[in-house]
Amino acid sequence: MATEENKKTSTKSGSQEGFVYLPLIAGWLVPGGGHFLLRKWGRGALLAASILGMFVLGLLMQGKVYAGAHDILDLLGLAGDLGNGLPYVLSRMLGLGDVQVQVTTADWGTRFIVVAGLLNIIAAVDAHNLKTGRKS
Amino acid sequence: MGNAIFQPSHFAAVVLFALFASTVFGITQREKPRDMIRYGIYCFVLFVASAIVLSWLMYFIAR
Repeated sequence: MATEENKKTSTKSGSQEGFVYLPLIAGWLVPGGGHFLLRKWGRGALLAASILGMFVLGLLMQGKVYAGAHDILDLLGLAGDLGNGLPYVLSRMLGLGDVQVQVTTADWGTRFIVVAGLLNIIAAVDAHNLKTGRKS
Repeated sequence: MGNAIFQPSHFAAVVLFALFASTVFGITQREKPRDMIRYGIYCFVLFVASAIVLSWLMYFIAR
């Protein structure tokens, strides 16, 4: 029992070497980046494919990328979009999703982009938990 | 990406949403690979099934 506890403690302290928040930041900036940094290649690839896939499909559906907040709902949308990290910055630089299109799929696309950002935050926090040893 | 337009049906959009969201949920909410797959499938089924049930509910409410 004591040996097992010692083993757990040593694994925990071993995983906290270096800057603890690096996987969190990397995971936020690049979807799946935090997991790649921790050499969780399979998980990272699946997360990247899911989050980037959702983001790109949202743009292809003519979804809107929030640039500013005019009311509280816009503010929530912007917060979700910012969760995408660099893909958000890239889409703003390229002018993607800046024109509001009046088709049904455009509205779904906007939600896809927001949810991709929120899922990316969950993935980044998961990478942080892996780094701190809270999750294996 | 400027001219390319993806216009899925409502159900296809639901399935795609469920697929991506449940993949992330499965990986982040469970520790072992086997549990991840099981939880991912569970979430996917719940997403799609609840969308179908709610759609029928709204169909009858609208009548």
